[in-house]
Amino acid sequence: MRSEAGGRRPENTLTIYEKSREGRRAFVSPELDVPEIPISDLLPSDLLRSEPPELPEISEPEIVRHYNGLSKKNFDLDTGFYPLGSCTMKHNPKLNERVAALPGFSRLHPLQEPQYAQGALELMWRLQRQLSEVAGLPHVSLQPSAGSHGELAGLLLTRAYHEDNGEQRTKVLTPDTAHGTNPATVTMSGYEVVKVGTAEDGGVDLDDLRDKAGDDTACLMLTNPNTLGLFDRNIEEIARIVHDAGATLYYDGANLNAVLGISRPGDMGFDIVHFNLHKTFTQPHGGGGPGAGPIAVSDRIEPYLPRPQVVRREGANGHSEPFFDLDFERPKSIGRLRGFQGNFGVFVRSYAYICSVGGDGLKDVSETAVLNANYLRARLAEPGIAEYLPIAFDRLCMHEFVLSGRGARDKLGIRTLDIAKRLLDHKVHPPTVYFPLLVDEALMIEPTETETKERLDGFADAIREILEEAKEDPEIAKNAPYTTPVRRLDEAAAARHPVVRQARPEAGGRRAEGGAPSATPSPSI
Amino acid sequence: MAEESYPDGLLYHPEHDWAKVDGDTATFGVTWYAQDQLGEVVFYDPPDVGTQVNANSAYAEVESVKAVSDVFAPMSGEVTEVNEALKEAPEKINDDPYGEGWMVRVRLSDPSEADSLMDVNAYKESLGR
Repeated sequence: MRSEAGGRRPENTLTIYEKSREGRRAFVSPELDVPEIPISDLLPSDLLRSEPPELPEISEPEIVRHYNGLSKKNFDLDTGFYPLGSCTMKHNPKLNERVAALPGFSRLHPLQEPQYAQGALELMWRLQRQLSEVAGLPHVSLQPSAGSHGELAGLLLTRAYHEDNGEQRTKVLTPDTAHGTNPATVTMSGYEVVKVGTAEDGGVDLDDLRDKAGDDTACLMLTNPNTLGLFDRNIEEIARIVHDAGATLYYDGANLNAVLGISRPGDMGFDIVHFNLHKTFTQPHGGGGPGAGPIAVSDRIEPYLPRPQVVRREGANGHSEPFFDLDFERPKSIGRLRGFQGNFGVFVRSYAYICSVGGDGLKDVSETAVLNANYLRARLAEPGIAEYLPIAFDRLCMHEFVLSGRGARDKLGIRTLDIAKRLLDHKVHPPTVYFPLLVDEALMIEPTETETKERLDGFADAIREILEEAKEDPEIAKNAPYTTPVRRLDEAAAARHPVVRQARPEAGGRRAEGGAPSATPSPSI
Repeated sequence: MAEESYPDGLLYHPEHDWAKVDGDTATFGVTWYAQDQLGEVVFYDPPDVGTQVNANSAYAEVESVKAVSDVFAPMSGEVTEVNEALKEAPEKINDDPYGEGWMVRVRLSDPSEADSLMDVNAYKESLGR
């Protein structure tokens, strides 16, 4: 498909390839002052390209403008409030970046021998100890690279544990409020998902759990506080039921920001915990990574932890100083989960964060996160808002809470999605919408501890304004947003007919002026 | 999207599925309410012909812009036909949930299961309509 002649597209919609012109360069090497050796003399012919790679040819200022322009189209935490429930979009202290950029950390090669990487290994070992203390569980592996990867590790450990005990268990229980990654991980690990219902108070339905926990149950995966922002008061009874059935109890750490230094999953009876360093411990996220999803485990799970483990050896090799090492001697290990030692820069930022706030500071973090959430919950329970966005479970919440947009739908004719889109015009990132699934027209709001009272009030005011405006004219919200780089996206068309690849421009980096990329819709999947 | 409606003559399941019984065969689909809750459907993953489906158990998946959801069988039997057109045009589930949006045809193993399903009035009452 080509656009009509003269239909020149705006510069800010061109891709970097469309801006390419043959021969342009951002950087020119100095003239060669040593003898040139053909690359074919250095590398076997089967490793050489037959054609040069098709890279865009662009001047340096145009590269800078291109990516700077793209970054300005994005909404980020440094731009405004980002109460995306379950994602813990808290401020990421800039100090962490300075620490992570120290050359000893940032320029270390991942294949460096342990004896030349003592500082990095010590940092990892210390971070393991910190996370162990937060979890209340003695052993930590930093290898998993995301929360979902931590979940996979948890179920691989669960399988290894049961098999080592001569048992084949086939089912994993997840509450119907669980994050979608939980059942996805269960299926990916080859287990069968069994859903457990939710009781009147928003916690796990104990009778349903008792019915479903049995000698074929491998594990219960639980988030506490759960995705409704509610702490499950029956957690000790839940742990007892699960352990009596011989299963492991897995803690999805997505909501750990609510309980730091206050309650510990290990004390509640959990066997395996994953952390989201990119949520709770201030690794910047929201752009796709990198993250880190370390796990902490109980003694009975420890033999199966991934290898290598980062360990501290006293007096090794005749050294008087402790030696930090990689321990590969783990015969029952589930093996390696990724290359090298994990996303090391994430470890540095999280370690810097934990050290800078300290143990008491972590408790303050959670107390303030819970206070902020409850303040905003109360503001949104005021008349003029609550009749349109009633709270799903009316209890004190933890770090987040879930409203239902059913009142706005029935009384104003606007949907949760419309409210979310209209919030963009108020320079606020919308909350998580349509999750958890058991809440009709759900809005899941997590303000985090790093927002001011003024910011929270501003959000409540924006919600009130959107609802009042909809009373006058619901079309305003239905057609929002108006002030963003692109207007309302057709998400259904994008999913039904995804165009995931743009055709290459014509050879030589030239293309007709105003030529639109040839976009052949891919077949529906 | 279609206007809200619940035709007479269909049998309804509490998970918002309908069955149209014709002797020992039946056609299954989801109700207007179900497609409204799902939002715009973008993908339909049907069972294979020949699959045994069990009443109250999932037999297919639909993905909307909001979530992936199981579709429950109102009655038990063997799948004899699936609506192939939904693979290319899942939006038919939104546009015509009782017509072109049908999901599977089934040879019933126990036609008496119909007795446990709701008629249109009972289903509407369950929705508060």
